[in-house]
Amino acid sequence: MTAVLKQDVSRPHLKRLEDEAIYIMREVVAEFKNPAMLYSIGKDSSVMLHLALKAFYPARPPFPLVHVDTTWKFKEMIAFRDRTAAKYGLDLIVHTNEAGRADHINPFDHGSYYTHVMKTEALKEALSKYKFDAVFGGARRDEEKSRAKERIFSFRDENHVWAPKNQRPELWNIYNTRIKDGESIRVFPLSNWTEQDIWQYIMQENIEIVPLYYAARRPVVARGGMLIMADDDRLTLKDGEAFEEKMVRFRTLGCYPLTAAIESEADTLEAIVAEVLSANTSERAGRLIDQDDAASMEKKKREGYF
Amino acid sequence: MAADTQMMVNAEQNPAHAQKTLLRLLTCGSVDDGKSTLIGRLLYDSRLVPEDQLASLARDSKVYGTTGEDMDFALLVDGLEAEREQGITIDVAYRFFATKRRKFIIADTPGHVQYTRNMVTGASTAELAILMVDARKGLLEQTRRHAFIVSLLGIRHVVVAINKMDLVGYAQAVFEEICEAFTAFSEALGFESVQFIPLSARHGDHVTKPSDAMAWYEGPCLLPYLEEVDAGRRGEACGFRMPVQWVNRPNLDFRGFSGTVAAGAVTKGEKVCVLPSRQNAVVRDIVVANSDLSGALSLEQAASGDAVTLVLDREIDISRGDVFCCEGGDQPVVADQFAAEVIWMGEAPLYAGRPYLLKMNARTVNVTITAIKHKVDVETFNKLSAKSVAMNEIAVCNLATSEPVVFDPYEKNRETGAFILIDRLTNATVGAGMIRFALHRAGNIGFEKLKIDKAAHSEIKGQKPVVLWFTGLSGSGKSTVANLVEQKLYALGRHTYILDGDNVRHGLNRDLGFTDADRVENIRRIGEVAKLMVDAGLITLVSFISPFRSERQQARSLVQEGEFIEIFVDTPLAVCQQRDVKGLYKKALAGEIQNFTGISSPYEPPQNPEVHLQTVGQTPEETADRVIAHLRERGVF
Repeated sequence: MTAVLKQDVSRPHLKRLEDEAIYIMREVVAEFKNPAMLYSIGKDSSVMLHLALKAFYPARPPFPLVHVDTTWKFKEMIAFRDRTAAKYGLDLIVHTNEAGRADHINPFDHGSYYTHVMKTEALKEALSKYKFDAVFGGARRDEEKSRAKERIFSFRDENHVWAPKNQRPELWNIYNTRIKDGESIRVFPLSNWTEQDIWQYIMQENIEIVPLYYAARRPVVARGGMLIMADDDRLTLKDGEAFEEKMVRFRTLGCYPLTAAIESEADTLEAIVAEVLSANTSERAGRLIDQDDAASMEKKKREGYF
Repeated sequence: MAADTQMMVNAEQNPAHAQKTLLRLLTCGSVDDGKSTLIGRLLYDSRLVPEDQLASLARDSKVYGTTGEDMDFALLVDGLEAEREQGITIDVAYRFFATKRRKFIIADTPGHVQYTRNMVTGASTAELAILMVDARKGLLEQTRRHAFIVSLLGIRHVVVAINKMDLVGYAQAVFEEICEAFTAFSEALGFESVQFIPLSARHGDHVTKPSDAMAWYEGPCLLPYLEEVDAGRRGEACGFRMPVQWVNRPNLDFRGFSGTVAAGAVTKGEKVCVLPSRQNAVVRDIVVANSDLSGALSLEQAASGDAVTLVLDREIDISRGDVFCCEGGDQPVVADQFAAEVIWMGEAPLYAGRPYLLKMNARTVNVTITAIKHKVDVETFNKLSAKSVAMNEIAVCNLATSEPVVFDPYEKNRETGAFILIDRLTNATVGAGMIRFALHRAGNIGFEKLKIDKAAHSEIKGQKPVVLWFTGLSGSGKSTVANLVEQKLYALGRHTYILDGDNVRHGLNRDLGFTDADRVENIRRIGEVAKLMVDAGLITLVSFISPFRSERQQARSLVQEGEFIEIFVDTPLAVCQQRDVKGLYKKALAGEIQNFTGISSPYEPPQNPEVHLQTVGQTPEETADRVIAHLRERGVF
């Protein structure tokens, strides 16, 4: 008997991506003792959380959300985070590098050292403290070149270090989840999603996202070719700078002094999707930390950054 | 024609076109054939490279580029520092782009032979392969190897991209010669479609637009072809399969089985069977969450690829790794021995007899490669006999799992026919396997032929096999201590067996009496049995009076140095007589038993026993602990 074996090639791409992510999440919950989800509050985290709520339905996702709070996140992000955790009855672990906070490590004075201390080190601290053996991250392979090479189940040694030249072969959808004590796996269920897919899925599923993604009039200052929004009074103006109110939105959300706004009129999901589809710069162009040198993300990732 | 491409990209800006199909493909071929360049060109010509990435490409081309003043498109995809430095692709990189009709996920895989395992990673999830050939070089070993692996991994649609046509003067004859050579060579590989396209990735000929220089070519350009091709697989239909990934039990009112349908479809109300237990049930509901997460969406049907949760009409015992299939009709195989193609990826070679872990269909079990049937020469497809399989080599092997697994032949269904092999010590993924067929005990496999030796037996048990030889007078407490030691070992998860004087004399040695000659033969047999058990990897406890030094020495000599641990259970004769648990001393003293050790037959105490236990003043528990401590010291476990 002859028939078409796999209908996969004719299934809508968002359905295939959703099914893949759900499969990955279930695999983690079934095979690890102490998983967690790194929740960065951005659109990718919103999609990842939505998928987790679907994957385990009617059960709640059987793991906590972990937010590494650099203390420099947009206020709207923090409010959204707390509202979301409460809405779905999820455990939320918020971790800040207290030593860094005490030393007043900040993005204005400390540049990439700030990222290292308040993000990378803080994350490693949290992972070590709670002894998570698997951690979900919302990173996508289309974001950046070294991410394009990373496995979906990405092994980290006991120092949270990634060895890009010695990754485990990853075959079919059969993920090797075996680790020794102290080692861990970072799991990226959105590996095969693109920015377009994320937005189309948000629209299809009507997923709630931080309002900063929608265009609105906001106070911004032009600095180094980027528009930086004043989220609190810690942003001080340099000589010759002035705040302006502009119709802006954010394509990506991080720490407010490190995330640039774009001028946009897109104040609905439809308008955002149309804008993303016609965009001629990549999403991470708005991330100041990625532009140090060609391989900067690979370096950060090897050190333990997500 | 570039304008057409632009229009195509613009047309998809309407969000109403959100739903497209998805094609997963890989690019492979020999090193320097221009795979990365082709992908870079596809992205560039499709106007899919964002401006900031173009700017950094121009910058990087000056630093790392291999194309002089031109943009080096390979730098768009070679992401790792080492790759940029060496100008080669090491690891599979995933690239994404979409046109009006399709979203594409490209796995860009390395050409170098030492990175073949990364190429296999890319191939395992692809539905189509672009095989790059350098027009100047024709088919190389790496081309053949990759074509073979592509076929082995079940990819049935291939594009042979004959690249660098600009460097052979766009000659039709060169193109045709390569087509002929590939057609002849690939006949045995069972591809359903092969499309040859002559192109120049560097200059863009036949990537997205036709080429004036190759007007003789009438076939499709690469991108339009990829948009159109039907990469579905045809073959024997596979019935419903769904491995249980996770049991969903949030409260007492709900019990569901979550998984992704791996083949076929299941309908609400249908009777299903669970393997390997072969229990039946009716699917009461197929549950997913609705989009706003406010409640359940009950599906009428779930088909291949759908991640769902099944609810049954009755309570049956089902756990992760069980496989749902339809009741009656086409069912998967349940077996613990099967033949498979194995692509070896481990740094250390594969040897028959070594134990590994096997993961497939949400279950991980112990497995041993029982035989390497043959290796495959990827140049000639000849079968080569082999004792081991090195990294990047492919072999057909027989495997035996510690418990039955549920599967389909890979050719029938990729999802349920594939497995990975994991090293038990390092946890590295060391092999990829594709099951051919089950082996039935009666036919293909005989234990005496297997190359499972003592090392293999002991490795699978995670222990060093040894003989614990308890010697001492009757009533000295040998059996008591030996039994306690065995219980402790058992509690530690060790594999043990006790040969006890009394037990053995009831069976194996029931023809023997208590003369000196019979005592010698008694011990000789016990020594031989103990040796077999050590070969089987067991910690073997022998509890025998064994009064003569020479026989104990003989038993010692049967096993390897360090495997014989003599334990002298030293209890004074007077104490033994006093205990006289079995009343034997009384009978011996009364003359009712002849040749009784210690009374009417000699006992030769060990001179240098590995362990010397004095039972007087110590509890059996304490003496047993001493034995366990000794075993730990010796590194038995």
